[in-house]
Amino acid sequence: MDDDAQVRENAGQSAPPLSRVAARLREEQPSALIEVVDGEVPAVRVRPECIERVCRFLKDDPDCRFDHLSNLCGVDMIALSRPSPRFDVVYHLYALSSGGRITLKAAVDDGAEIPTVSTVWRTANWHEREAYDMFGIRFAGHPDLRRILMDEGFDAFPLRKDFPLEGRAKDHGNWRKPEDETAGGGR
Amino acid sequence: MFGPSEMEINLGPQHPSTHGVLRLKLKLDGERIVHTDPVIGYLHRGCEKLGEDRTYPQAMVYTDRMDYVAAFCENLVYVETVEKLLGVDVPARAQYMRVVLAELQRIASHLLWLATHALDIGAMSVFLYCFREREQILDLFEAFCGARLTLSAARIGGMYQEFPEGWAAEVHRFCDVFPSRLEEYHQLLTSNRIWLERTQGVGVIDGPTALDYGVTGPCLRGSGVDYDVRKAMPYAAYRELEFDVPLGRQGDTYDRYLVRMEEMRQSRRLALQALQRMPDGPIMAKVPKRIRPPKGEAYHVNEGPRGELGVYLISDGTETAYRCRFRSPCFTNLQALPEMARGHLVADIIALIGTLDVVLGCVDR
Amino acid sequence: MSESVVRYVVVPFAQIFVILNVLMLGVAYLVLLERKVIAFMQVRLGPRRVGPHGLLQPIADILKLLLKEDITPARADRLLFLLAPVILLVPAMIAFAVIPFSGEPFTVLGVEVTPWITDLNVGVLYLLAISSLGVYGIVMAGWSSNSKYPLLGSLRSAAQMVSYEVPLALSVVSVLMLAGSASMVEIVRAQAEQGVWFAFWWPYPQLVGLFLFFVAAVAETNRAPFDLPEAETELVAGFHTEYSGMKFAFFFLAEYMNMILAAAVVSILFLGGWLPVTFGFLPREPLSVFLGGATLTGSFWFFSKVLAVLFVYLWIRATFPRYRYDQLMRLGWKWFIPLGLLHVALTAVAVLVRQG
Repeated sequence: MDDDAQVRENAGQSAPPLSRVAARLREEQPSALIEVVDGEVPAVRVRPECIERVCRFLKDDPDCRFDHLSNLCGVDMIALSRPSPRFDVVYHLYALSSGGRITLKAAVDDGAEIPTVSTVWRTANWHEREAYDMFGIRFAGHPDLRRILMDEGFDAFPLRKDFPLEGRAKDHGNWRKPEDETAGGGR
Repeated sequence: MFGPSEMEINLGPQHPSTHGVLRLKLKLDGERIVHTDPVIGYLHRGCEKLGEDRTYPQAMVYTDRMDYVAAFCENLVYVETVEKLLGVDVPARAQYMRVVLAELQRIASHLLWLATHALDIGAMSVFLYCFREREQILDLFEAFCGARLTLSAARIGGMYQEFPEGWAAEVHRFCDVFPSRLEEYHQLLTSNRIWLERTQGVGVIDGPTALDYGVTGPCLRGSGVDYDVRKAMPYAAYRELEFDVPLGRQGDTYDRYLVRMEEMRQSRRLALQALQRMPDGPIMAKVPKRIRPPKGEAYHVNEGPRGELGVYLISDGTETAYRCRFRSPCFTNLQALPEMARGHLVADIIALIGTLDVVLGCVDR
Repeated sequence: MSESVVRYVVVPFAQIFVILNVLMLGVAYLVLLERKVIAFMQVRLGPRRVGPHGLLQPIADILKLLLKEDITPARADRLLFLLAPVILLVPAMIAFAVIPFSGEPFTVLGVEVTPWITDLNVGVLYLLAISSLGVYGIVMAGWSSNSKYPLLGSLRSAAQMVSYEVPLALSVVSVLMLAGSASMVEIVRAQAEQGVWFAFWWPYPQLVGLFLFFVAAVAETNRAPFDLPEAETELVAGFHTEYSGMKFAFFFLAEYMNMILAAAVVSILFLGGWLPVTFGFLPREPLSVFLGGATLTGSFWFFSKVLAVLFVYLWIRATFPRYRYDQLMRLGWKWFIPLGLLHVALTAVAVLVRQG
């Protein structure tokens, strides 16, 4: 079982029986699921090409009714020893009527595309723009996929693990690190 | 792209009423707004990337600076997520302390909201009256943790110190005076004809649409959707406390105003309850000196004054997080601005920014 | 010096000189008064450092504005840009020619001086006409700035001022009916004769007229809650965006001068001008001469009333939110004008009833 698909339960407690949501998912969309880890908050890994279908099912199905997309973000898996497919897109859903929660994950490779879920929940629009801006994950069918936090002309993806924390030297403009000052390069 | 009588103007990043560096590109047809395109990122400081490079206790300091008006609620959600990762049980007394501070923070945040919202619409004096109350709360925070705005008052595993001597009495003194002050604000605004005309029917958004846009907090409750994380997924000591969640009906600016006013009253009630029912006991759980959570992940949400604050942490077993994602309510709420602004006049945009209670630090992280 | 030269040249020049100086000082200190009053209403103190209790603050402000760089935008129409503040300020000043500051003429160096520069028998009409000229200044300011936002702001301001002229005039018409004359001095004398201020006139007190006139005057002077055209927190920054230095000062002077003018007119038309405050039963005689003569006492009462009205102006600014532009226009046209017409009709009926 993937480490990142494991949800930590209180030690010693046995896993609860398969929840209703996980059962419905297994019933309706078996081919889309790669793995289901049940629990208080089920964690489901979905085939990337089916993500939109699964989300729509989860939103519309009367037993599930996940009408609130709480969070959508990207994760760069390269430093967790998974260089390909490089990214995970994580979806945290919540159902207002039943209080149920579920976590979906879908893997996308660098340069590949994953269907957008902004047609299912409009809030996904900006979240996906941010995932694109920070990681370079492309969402097929997104109405307006452009950078949101970084400058429009920025040419790298900052939250990737290979992007330095302090930024690249060429982006620094007039800022100099203290070491550069003493090395004989005052302005 | 542009109709025959359409014009695009810029509500630039520098503007007295955008409360931070927010840029709105407005496409107008005469006086009516046809389309709004918010441009954000002017205050982006890379908090998520910083969270990956700092140890867990160090990263908490960054959470203050994101939603700097509701610093304690941000602290709390981060700390609780780490506690979830560690599997730590926070002692009851610390949970109650957290409720007191969180509710006082909520009042302070709503006072700032009211002050700036009223100021933008023209009622200058309300601004100063709200700040008079806010000063008292900030003094309370300063007495507790030494800081007025960026508190960093929570710790992983509990709280780091008790409330000082006489602090609880000060809170009571504030809570005694506060209802009459709330009445003052109501007298000045709630039935004022000009206020009603500027806020009723402005920025109407119905419940299902708001939920679809991911709007949470008072903006969602103003549209009648009953979703408050404190009731839905209780954290800290909220499960044991009684309070009401005000709901609006039309989803216009006036309803959101009333919802937040009532929330202030409920927060006062919660703070007093928590102080009264606080059990004795330790305030800090047994947490190792070096926080190294086992491999795993956790997503925890919290009810901030602006909506649902969330933190998603992935731990790779080291002292620093692998992925530190901050779910920001202002970011998601701001997305609904074009929907709310459609068809309104230019002067209403100012009221709408105010009613969404946008804090750019939270939007941009 | 011949008598006519003294009477027609020296005395008026002296009067103008005195009145203008007092007015300028008054405007400067009105700004200070506003800051202090609003501060106290907002639980703060206002200017305190420049001079005792901030009393030298206006001097400091004037010096600052005089010494500020005077910027004219490159593509602005230079002549109009320069003229606009002048055209806004001058009507405000010359309107004071018909305002009576007291009731009785006094003698100075053997020459009789009236406490008004002139008593036109169409004084009210003169006032309405002159104050409308200010609109030209505003439109000129916005147009000559050659910039989107000032233009929009000035057009809005002009439309607002023109719309609120009508309720203003309607409330004045009712007073004319009661007084039987359009001369400012005669209006106050009529109130003295009838023994009651027009605001409390019987059988139909002109309180509605007072309310209409006052609100219309607030809109005319671009003051809160009708100050959208010049409010900083709204999108359009207003017609005086591109102005700096002394020209900017002129706009502010003009606004406050108009405020004082409006307060003076309200006092004269509705509150009895220089007549003492008797609450209807106190004896008029001692109250109208207690300050050593009718002239001085009369001006004391007049200035007190003006100050009271100005205080209400400031009070409103500290309290109310701002109207949106379309709501402001709707208020003026759909509510105030019908109300004004109704008011005139009722006043006419009351006059007939009183006569008959």
